[in-house]
Amino acid sequence: MTRRMEFEVLGRRTFLIGAGSSLVVATLLANLPALAQEPVRSIDEALKKVLGDATASESGITLEVPEIAENGNTVPFTLAVDSPMSEASYVKTLHIFATGNPQVGVASYHFTPASGKAAVSSRMRLARTQDVIAVAALSDGKFLLGKRNVKVTIGGCGG
Amino acid sequence: MSAAKPRIRIPEKAKVGEIIEIKTLVQHVMETGNRKTADGKVVPRNIINAITASFNGVEFFKADIQPGISANPYLAFFMKVPGAGEFEFTWLDDAGVKITQKMPLAIG
Repeated sequence: MTRRMEFEVLGRRTFLIGAGSSLVVATLLANLPALAQEPVRSIDEALKKVLGDATASESGITLEVPEIAENGNTVPFTLAVDSPMSEASYVKTLHIFATGNPQVGVASYHFTPASGKAAVSSRMRLARTQDVIAVAALSDGKFLLGKRNVKVTIGGCGG
Repeated sequence: MSAAKPRIRIPEKAKVGEIIEIKTLVQHVMETGNRKTADGKVVPRNIINAITASFNGVEFFKADIQPGISANPYLAFFMKVPGAGEFEFTWLDDAGVKITQKMPLAIG
């Protein structure tokens, strides 16, 4: 799927060089947002996008997941960071990644001091037994990271 | 996918400064885009990709969602109560369907 889309875009670009038509430019530009939303397939790439060159401290983030999930289609999780959530110091974003899913990103939650508490609960799909990683981006530019392994009996994501 | 009525649970009343939990659930198939039909066609992705929560017109929480979130997405989060007012929650899916739900919050 990914590969096919890349070929399509490359094909258009090659054609653009040949044709130099403004219509083709418009078509190419219209396709750029779709390219930017290409799913991220590797955890290294996903972490790089979030962290940039920073390193995350591996403490201070609570990631609650079951040790064993019987049904990978719906695995409950809770993410939380103990933060004053004041204008001076708050959690901007909590990210959650499933390292063994076809697309590693699960969700990103954005907070403000008005959120009061940097915590969310939801349910995710896990394709197989894997590590789940949570990353918190703090208002002072620092990052926290937490990792938990979940054993999955029946995988989610519908193959 | 027709717009389903979301289920939202908030406290009936809250105190100013109190941190309250908001629990939400909406019916949605959350089609991942990874699945194929029996004849090999890819079922196009259609997920709720964003959920937002505002209070008296100020957004205090937003979720960017990817196919890794389960069908019928459940989401619980918090807000520090600034006073009485009205919540507005929105869910937006890949097909452009937007679900909006408003809810009042009383102080007491």
